[in-house]
Amino acid sequence: MSELLVVMEGIEKSFPGVHALSQSRFELRPGEVHALVGENGAGKSTMMKILAGVYSKDAGRILLKGREVDIPNPRAAQHLGISMIHQELNLMPHLTIAQNIFIGREPRRGVKFVLDDAAINAQTRQFLDMLHLNLDPRTKVADLTVAKQQMVEIAKALSFNAEVLIMDEPTAALTESEIDELFRIIRKLRDQGVGIVYITHRLEELFTISDRVTVMRDGQYVGTVKTSDTTRDEVIRMMVGRTIYETAPDILERPEQDIVLEVKNLNRGRVLKNVNFYLKRGEILGFAGLMGAGRTEVARAIIAADPVDSIEVYVQGKRAHIHTPSDAVRYGIGYLSEDRKRYGLTLGMDVETNIVLASFRKFLGALGVVKRSKTRATAEHFVKMLAIRTPSLQQKVKNLSGGNQQKLVIAKWLTADTDILIFDEPTRGIDVGAKSEIYKLLNDLAHQGKSIIMISSELPEILRMSHRIIVMCEGRITGELSAAEATQEKIMTYATQRGGIIQTTESAPTLSQVGTA
Amino acid sequence: MDISVAPKEKVTPARSWFRSDATQRLLAFGALIILIIFFSAASPNFLQFNNLVGILLATAVNGVLALGVTFVIITGGIDLSIGTVMTFSAVMTGVFITFWGLPVPVGLVGGILTGALAGVINGTIIAKMKIPPFISTLGMMYVAKGLSLVISGLKPIYFNDTPEFRPITMGSALGSVFPNVEFLQIPNAVFILFGAAIIASLILTKTILGRYTFALGSNEEATRLSGVNVDRWKIAVYTLCGTFAGLGGVMMASRLNSAQPALGQGYELDAIAAVVIGGTSLSGGEGTIQGTIIGAFVMSVLVNGLRILSVPQEWQTVVTGGIIIVAVYLDILRRRKG
Repeated sequence: MSELLVVMEGIEKSFPGVHALSQSRFELRPGEVHALVGENGAGKSTMMKILAGVYSKDAGRILLKGREVDIPNPRAAQHLGISMIHQELNLMPHLTIAQNIFIGREPRRGVKFVLDDAAINAQTRQFLDMLHLNLDPRTKVADLTVAKQQMVEIAKALSFNAEVLIMDEPTAALTESEIDELFRIIRKLRDQGVGIVYITHRLEELFTISDRVTVMRDGQYVGTVKTSDTTRDEVIRMMVGRTIYETAPDILERPEQDIVLEVKNLNRGRVLKNVNFYLKRGEILGFAGLMGAGRTEVARAIIAADPVDSIEVYVQGKRAHIHTPSDAVRYGIGYLSEDRKRYGLTLGMDVETNIVLASFRKFLGALGVVKRSKTRATAEHFVKMLAIRTPSLQQKVKNLSGGNQQKLVIAKWLTADTDILIFDEPTRGIDVGAKSEIYKLLNDLAHQGKSIIMISSELPEILRMSHRIIVMCEGRITGELSAAEATQEKIMTYATQRGGIIQTTESAPTLSQVGTA
Repeated sequence: MDISVAPKEKVTPARSWFRSDATQRLLAFGALIILIIFFSAASPNFLQFNNLVGILLATAVNGVLALGVTFVIITGGIDLSIGTVMTFSAVMTGVFITFWGLPVPVGLVGGILTGALAGVINGTIIAKMKIPPFISTLGMMYVAKGLSLVISGLKPIYFNDTPEFRPITMGSALGSVFPNVEFLQIPNAVFILFGAAIIASLILTKTILGRYTFALGSNEEATRLSGVNVDRWKIAVYTLCGTFAGLGGVMMASRLNSAQPALGQGYELDAIAAVVIGGTSLSGGEGTIQGTIIGAFVMSVLVNGLRILSVPQEWQTVVTGGIIIVAVYLDILRRRKG
């Protein structure tokens, strides 16, 4: 009885218009890492938010150590020893690390109204030491990297003496070495008896870190298996309800075509240093590197989204003068941001509007009136071509899944007649099924003669998709590999090759570490 | 095994001086000094003792209003009602003291509590009914303005039966101790302003209310998920703002020895301008009391100096507007580098 830390059963939850969870269940033992997987919209996060008191369940019961508990709000969950690290980091960027960790339960002095910052700084120091984090508790969170912010979230969860720690996609924004660090901490907590729920999209990780796996699909419980007894394909089959074998890399034909885009002499302070490269017609050029290597910055420099010290861009061999992002669109260059929701889509508007938004001018008739029939035809065409799953063209974009949103962004840029597409993390936050569709789409686009730059932090993705790979580290291009010669190890060697700095064992992750990725 | 994440990374990333939190305050402070030097050079009358006292007095009420609204703006909200709530508090002070004949101290407390009550209502509407602060406080602005006119019967209420009322702000406790030293004849209102500023600063930096003020402005959802009763603290912040508006109302009534029901509208914008010039971000999460006080002085020095230089009132207003835009633009530039 007491062997189980958490039991959730018969959980029901509806949101307006959506039956998010139906008769769903989950169990967690102390001292295990329990992965929770499923496609987007399967209800993983909803399920765990109920456990963390963020949402209230409509029906069902939750047992904690055999005792039924009521968790009406996050504070109640914390008191019960349940902490959740949310996918969107929940920190107050303007406050310090210590202030963030102790928010809501600050130690007070005197009349219970005065804060004791010395105390929280000292205690925070201890939590950070436990995690081997060399950070000053008084540092503002806004000044930390995303990875460090994540660690602060973990320190915060630990400070509640959490017995149940829920992590929702904790590695989405981390580099390989940071993931290793995270896993080290997770294993340490597990050995201390903490029950850890690990929500992820990355199946590789699941086999590295988890003891058991629970799969959800369409708001329902599918099954729980021991990680050591299962395979990747088996997990995928449970997730999608059908078997998808992860295909071997497509036969890469090396396109010997003309150069469509060339970037020379790109410099931007300490961020980008002497970046030169070219892109051929019909080519998928992968950009690999660790977080902060400057890949996104290269893309933003090309479309003139950020000021740079120097850059020469040649499109179809001719010097292109790009001063604003709209100039870039005129030269046929489209940038698909890693942050779809913020930069790629107008979430509150419908599918049709989003598709034609970037090229409204093409749909204007006399007196600037939008031709609805034309926009509808275009939207229908792309919805069909890209297999965007939406109930109608009038569906609000925020109600679509991540994969379909990504396709929508692609549709938008195709409508705008862009020949050069820069994809920044095209599959971030997208589930396996949709991922392979996006891959197929990228391949098709390349076949049709579109030229693609793909920035990705997932090495398998880079290796599988790219005709050619450019590796960056600290603002420089440190290596270029053809598809034939590229391996994870080679890429990681280049990705950690710090220019001018003597490599030390601390600063360069060794190959054995990389191998766990 | 003991491989730390990125040992090369500095513990605290370097920030350019331009971006540091203190910089906007320094900029505002520098602007204040430059204004003072400029006006001193331009007119011998500027540095006259009486003129300086005039500036301090002019800053007192606006400064107190700005203190309160600093808290609201740091939470990412706004309070447009403080000007007319100030008036309403002044009118109610008149009602308590002149109409009802209550003792002056009771009337003072009653006036301040009137402002606090308006703040409670503002906060409750915003937190519980989820009406955006701009709209709910806009509504309260009209309600307070209307009530002032209704209750006063459109006429000023004078404090002629209570001669001890006016000296509360216009007397000089310090000056009465040293009756022969001219430069110590500083009216009490100035000390009330600085006293209120010190209290506000302590609340903002040392207390739980201050911490949650910043937390709300920085990331309200995260604050909620951390188990903080967000609604309650939001109401507390608006109540504090209303309390300062109530204090401002009492000071205004004392200074004019009357409650002027038609006064007040527009004061909220002066106060918000002072806060913004002082470097508090309208998007929330950052701000200081020192900055607000400096901002309030920038406003009053500017108005006073231009008046001394015989710049017509209309043009004073134009210049003030320009200064606000420049101040906010500098703030944006500061944020952009980073």
